[in-house]
Amino acid sequence: MSENSIISLQNVNKWFGDFQVLKDVNLEVKKKERIVVCGPSGSGKSTMIRCINRLEEHQEGKIVVDGIELTGNLKNIDSVRKEVGMVFQQFNLFPHLSVKENITLAPIWVKKMPKTEAEELAMKQLEIVKIPEQANKYPGQLSGGQQQRVAIARSLAMNPNIMLFDEPTSALDPEMIKEVLDVMVDLAEGGMTMIVVTHEMGFAKTVADRMVFMDEGKIVEEASPDKFFNNPESDRTKLFLSQILHQ
Amino acid sequence: MENNSNFESRKPPVATTGILGWCRQHLFSNWVNSIVTLLVIYFLYQLIPWFLDWSVFSADFWTNYKGELIVDRTFCSRVADPEGDHGACWAIIIVRFYQFMYGFYPSEQVWRVNLTYFLLVVALLPLLIEKIPGRKHLIKFTIVFPIVAFILLYGGFGFQVIPTNKWGGLLVTLVLGVFGIAIAFPLGILLALGRRSQLPVISMFCTLFIEFIRGVPLITLLFFGMVMLPLFLPEGLNLDGLVRVLVAVTLFQAAYMAEVIRGGLQAIPRGQYEAAQSVGLSYWQMNRKIILPQAIRISIPSIVNTSIGLFKDTTLVIIIGLLDLLGIGRGALADATWMGLSNEVYVFVALVFFIFTFSMSRYSLYLEKKLKTGINMGAD
Repeated sequence: MSENSIISLQNVNKWFGDFQVLKDVNLEVKKKERIVVCGPSGSGKSTMIRCINRLEEHQEGKIVVDGIELTGNLKNIDSVRKEVGMVFQQFNLFPHLSVKENITLAPIWVKKMPKTEAEELAMKQLEIVKIPEQANKYPGQLSGGQQQRVAIARSLAMNPNIMLFDEPTSALDPEMIKEVLDVMVDLAEGGMTMIVVTHEMGFAKTVADRMVFMDEGKIVEEASPDKFFNNPESDRTKLFLSQILHQ
Repeated sequence: MENNSNFESRKPPVATTGILGWCRQHLFSNWVNSIVTLLVIYFLYQLIPWFLDWSVFSADFWTNYKGELIVDRTFCSRVADPEGDHGACWAIIIVRFYQFMYGFYPSEQVWRVNLTYFLLVVALLPLLIEKIPGRKHLIKFTIVFPIVAFILLYGGFGFQVIPTNKWGGLLVTLVLGVFGIAIAFPLGILLALGRRSQLPVISMFCTLFIEFIRGVPLITLLFFGMVMLPLFLPEGLNLDGLVRVLVAVTLFQAAYMAEVIRGGLQAIPRGQYEAAQSVGLSYWQMNRKIILPQAIRISIPSIVNTSIGLFKDTTLVIIIGLLDLLGIGRGALADATWMGLSNEVYVFVALVFFIFTFSMSRYSLYLEKKLKTGINMGAD
């Protein structure tokens, strides 16, 4: 593990039953680095980032997040989850709570923040994602793009050092993808450490410090965006890029 | 500019709206439907006037057709004048009303029961009405209400002790129903969570418990509580009969409640758990704030269904000698002074049960409607 890594995966292996989803995955992420992970479906990219906040348990290898090693120790898992925010493909907002309550819930219950302070924080986060006027609506009344931005605000309210994005725009109508990506670009420019699983190559080119390409549970190629798009090394990467860039 | 009018909404066609439109659509849409409608109207026409006549217009209340005060069955118009056209004789209910309501609870202490009923309403208010002022403080009262109710009804702390074998009628029915449901609900939640627990010991225990209780008829459990439970208790500790029955009823209800809530839990998408975990909520916080509110909302119809079932099942305690509402009714019928008036008694008992169960059912509908507005559970 290099000195200034905030996330470090070393020889991580994971199986679903007999099927090996992650094969000796090694990844070092430095503070403020923006990583974009891509690859065909079933390549293990979602599983990998889900291992980082222990939504999935890895069976072999070592994962260290901000100096905390992820083991069965529940205390460690709690501390890592406080460091790491996550945004899901399906938004996963809490449908029975208003937008504001979705955001204030964790600050109030996990950080024991007073309610008024949490509400101010929620409004601040909603302004960052540019929908303060939706604060009192319920998730079901919002468009997909708005919901995803609320989900981002909900994660940010816990003041994480690291943000994980698991295909944040894949479930959105084409018209709404941009509004979510804009928020993510702002976030990246603000210096957030980010790992983003996405097929939005435009976003990757603007934002990524490093591209990671995965296939069949392995990291096949790791390169700067420039090299990755213009001069990839492996044939598998070339094939993948030719398919997604020419659709 | 003419094109613009194409985009404006028009009113729906006249034939599909209004009372006439509704009747045509729903009652007389084809000849089968029309025949069924007419048959039902004829049936109701026969039934409703007859029942109203029997129960109200030709019925005796305090006095019979000669104007005499009814003191036993022989005064009832339909007994005294079997040839005449007389309806129900409600005097049996009126004369024995106290027993139907309180059993053999001493009358100089009965204010304690009435006060408990009043406090029950106060305790239910914050649960029934969300926007009631001072809800937070009322909820505190709701939580201590069972203890207050116990002291008021049973005695101690300066109150004269009224042993439970003096309790009866609606009092017993409500004690079993309300306490059974109130204790079984949280217990059922814990059992449901336990059954889904990742810890095998807890999940196995909960599964065994639920399957055992569900696999046994309530009557068996009642006998078990009555006859066998004392054998398991340490010597000298003699649980009250009503408490033993209450334990049996509660466990029975909890097992059913657990399965109903487990059904609701299964409908919650995995993403909700993951989102709750990823913002750092603990297991209990996640369940309390995210999972259970949604799961219980989904299960409201089944929860109410199970509760209504339990409320009616309390009548089974008659078998082990407790006199609930139905038991008092049967007692009244066994009394030589009132023999033969079973129609009146059973109609009355049915009506009282119906009032309670129908209110529960209406409340559940109200809840469903209220919770649906503004919240699209599909999230998208």
